[in-house]
Amino acid sequence: MKLLYFAWLRARIGTAEETLDPPPEVTDVASLLRWLQGRGPGYAEALKDLSVVRVAVNHDYVPPSHPVRSGDEVALFPPMTGG
Amino acid sequence: MIRVQREDFDPAAALAELTRGNHRIGGVASFIGLVRDVAEGAPLRAMTLEHYPGMTEKKLAEIEAEARRRWPLEASLVIHRYGRLEPGDRIVLVATASPHRAAAFESCAFLVDWLKTKAPFWKHEETEAGGRWVEARVGDDAAAARWTQE
Repeated sequence: MKLLYFAWLRARIGTAEETLDPPPEVTDVASLLRWLQGRGPGYAEALKDLSVVRVAVNHDYVPPSHPVRSGDEVALFPPMTGG
Repeated sequence: MIRVQREDFDPAAALAELTRGNHRIGGVASFIGLVRDVAEGAPLRAMTLEHYPGMTEKKLAEIEAEARRRWPLEASLVIHRYGRLEPGDRIVLVATASPHRAAAFESCAFLVDWLKTKAPFWKHEETEAGGRWVEARVGDDAAAARWTQE
């Protein structure tokens, strides 16, 4: 699974992109975020307040209940501030 | 048409290109977003716009398609820049062209409001105090939401 991080999530986690192989209990966005929180202090800090974390799977915004699979591209980022 | 680019754009040339050869167009509305020189009361040195290549183009195209579904548009254009910008620099151009002005005005405002909350861009500001990521504004969500009640 390809993970992408943007804005301050990228800065806190310390990488823009990585390929991970989550364990079988990771079946949806919510369980993926819980698993990522335990991967280290940078992840825990970046993901401590999930109310300001948005998720896209394969370029579409999704809710926490959305399923994730091994070939997915999953992006984590804060609320958008374009325009 | 959607363009996501690092380089600046020429608004007059872009608007001329938008309407060229189409004489059904009776009005063009446009919005240009610029980098201001203050951030939270402090002088701003620069702003860096980060985006999600691939998803940005997809979301902007979806927003543009929604505008064209809601209003009778002859042409539409969104140019959004990314990278490091300084005060006075252009960030975004949104333009809509229609036989009549109401559709052009309304759809242009709709596109600006929606792209602020739905296109994956993030602003990082540099001031003398250091750098900070701009937080999303509640007002932006409210501006985008007013279009869902119609």
